[in-house]
Amino acid sequence: MQVHGITIGFPIPLPLLTRPVRAGFPSPADDFVEEEIDLQRLLIVNRPATFLVRVAGDSMVGARLFDGDLAVVDRSLTPRNGDIVVVDVDGERSFKVWRRQGPRITLHFANPRFPEYRLAPDALVKVWGVVSGSVCARRRCE
Amino acid sequence: MTARAYALSDGNSFYCSCERVFDARLARVPVIVLSNNDGCAIARTPEAKALGIGMGDPWFKIRDLCKAKGVRVYSSNYALYGDMSARVNAVYRDFSPRIEVYSIDESFLDISDVRVADRVTLARDMRETVRAWTGIPTCVGIGATKTLAKLANHVAKKNPELGGVCDLTDPAAYDHWMARIPPEDIWGVGPANARKLGALGCESAADVRDLDTRAVRKAMTVVGERLVRELRGEACLDLEEVAATRKGCAVTRSFSDRVEDRATMEQAVAAHATRLGEKLRREGLGTDHVTVFFHTSEHDRTRPQRSVSTVVTLPESSNDTLVLVKAALHGVRRTWRDGFRYSKAGVVTTDLLPLHASQRAMPGLGQLDREQGAALMAALDACNRRFGRGAVVPAAAGLATKREWSTKFEMRSPRYTTRLEEIPVVAA
Repeated sequence: MQVHGITIGFPIPLPLLTRPVRAGFPSPADDFVEEEIDLQRLLIVNRPATFLVRVAGDSMVGARLFDGDLAVVDRSLTPRNGDIVVVDVDGERSFKVWRRQGPRITLHFANPRFPEYRLAPDALVKVWGVVSGSVCARRRCE
Repeated sequence: MTARAYALSDGNSFYCSCERVFDARLARVPVIVLSNNDGCAIARTPEAKALGIGMGDPWFKIRDLCKAKGVRVYSSNYALYGDMSARVNAVYRDFSPRIEVYSIDESFLDISDVRVADRVTLARDMRETVRAWTGIPTCVGIGATKTLAKLANHVAKKNPELGGVCDLTDPAAYDHWMARIPPEDIWGVGPANARKLGALGCESAADVRDLDTRAVRKAMTVVGERLVRELRGEACLDLEEVAATRKGCAVTRSFSDRVEDRATMEQAVAAHATRLGEKLRREGLGTDHVTVFFHTSEHDRTRPQRSVSTVVTLPESSNDTLVLVKAALHGVRRTWRDGFRYSKAGVVTTDLLPLHASQRAMPGLGQLDREQGAALMAALDACNRRFGRGAVVPAAAGLATKREWSTKFEMRSPRYTTRLEEIPVVAA
């Protein structure tokens, strides 16, 4: 899931209808007032297991995860073929694409300008969490 | 009534474990967390314990050892630990609808409804889920009473071969461990009671359990009798699911450096009174008196010593920060004396009551303008919720960033989960 074109900051309730005006007739929309759209609920499915992480670098642009984005990382998910994961390799934490070919699990960059990612055969690898969504701010609010 | 069963789950070296979740390089190295003002070690990983770092060891005494052995040292990061604690408890609630959050890293769960044969499986499943979702390793103790659950947790912690779970509702395990646990390891037994139990001939938890209840009541009052009954498996303590209404509230801090001038002391006390107001308003409580205290340090033995505690009475109950600050400042002004190096100050209240239930003063005879005050305080609290604590404070308290006396957190890690500008950065 990707959400584009919003400013960063949680929570962001967006009212579907404006509040009825005080004077005059009651608004005919009063009976149709809905709850607000909650982006937080859209992005975060399992709250205790979900962490926000800032993306630093260009190795995931092919998977539409850009430098400066907020990645939503859900630690309760089991990685599936093609998922972006946050992974610890010998104590260094980074984003990688996770692939399974039969019993073999491989990690990859997602940027054609990068060389093939090579894992040392004796590397200690531990998946920290699976990226379940991202927030890409099209215009930074300073 | 079916027999009750409680589980006590707690985080292993909880504060250190929180730091490890967010820094992959801490995985197998010794880590410790220091108390407020970087005073002493309050959390240690097993690697740090193995170096001989004890609970409560003063920082200045272990500083050289930590440097020599590459121990990673952190100031307390309570924003992070509090958030991680809430996450861990959210997972517990998926496993039992009745839980008591006993402290920041320990919770009791009522698992009476879980079949005896399934309890250990449930505990293992819960451990794995907490570990996977939050990254925090835990131990779980199960017992027929809270005291036994706590004991079981202690056994699980001290005996890694148990895989982090100990079930004392299993009769064989109960007999085995009760005979091997010394009395001082029982929940609620301090040094004084340990001596009394020793005098009664107790060498193990089993010996305590087998004491005559009348004899133990004579030696240790009803508290001792309850302890014996709990060890026998008669539940005397139930879960406290809702925190009892606060009876008192205190905001006290040690200064990072000694304070010798009145202006700095006033600012510190005003800041404490401000925090006190926030705490009281959050729970709808009020107070009609505040105790202000400040004192020198016993570490400065060669210097003149002074300890002040003064009660300032308000005309009627309030939780208005401006009223509390005024009262606290009055307390400082009427007791202040130059020439001392003060090390700590605090603002304390007792006998708190819900504000709406408190008696009002007569109009014109000290009655406070509660309506206007409440509106102002609501706006103040809303600002601080939105822009972070300390964004708006009474001028007397000084801006948080400019306070020279305030607590030291020199080695604090980022507030990874609660501040957008401090969330973890990961390489892509």
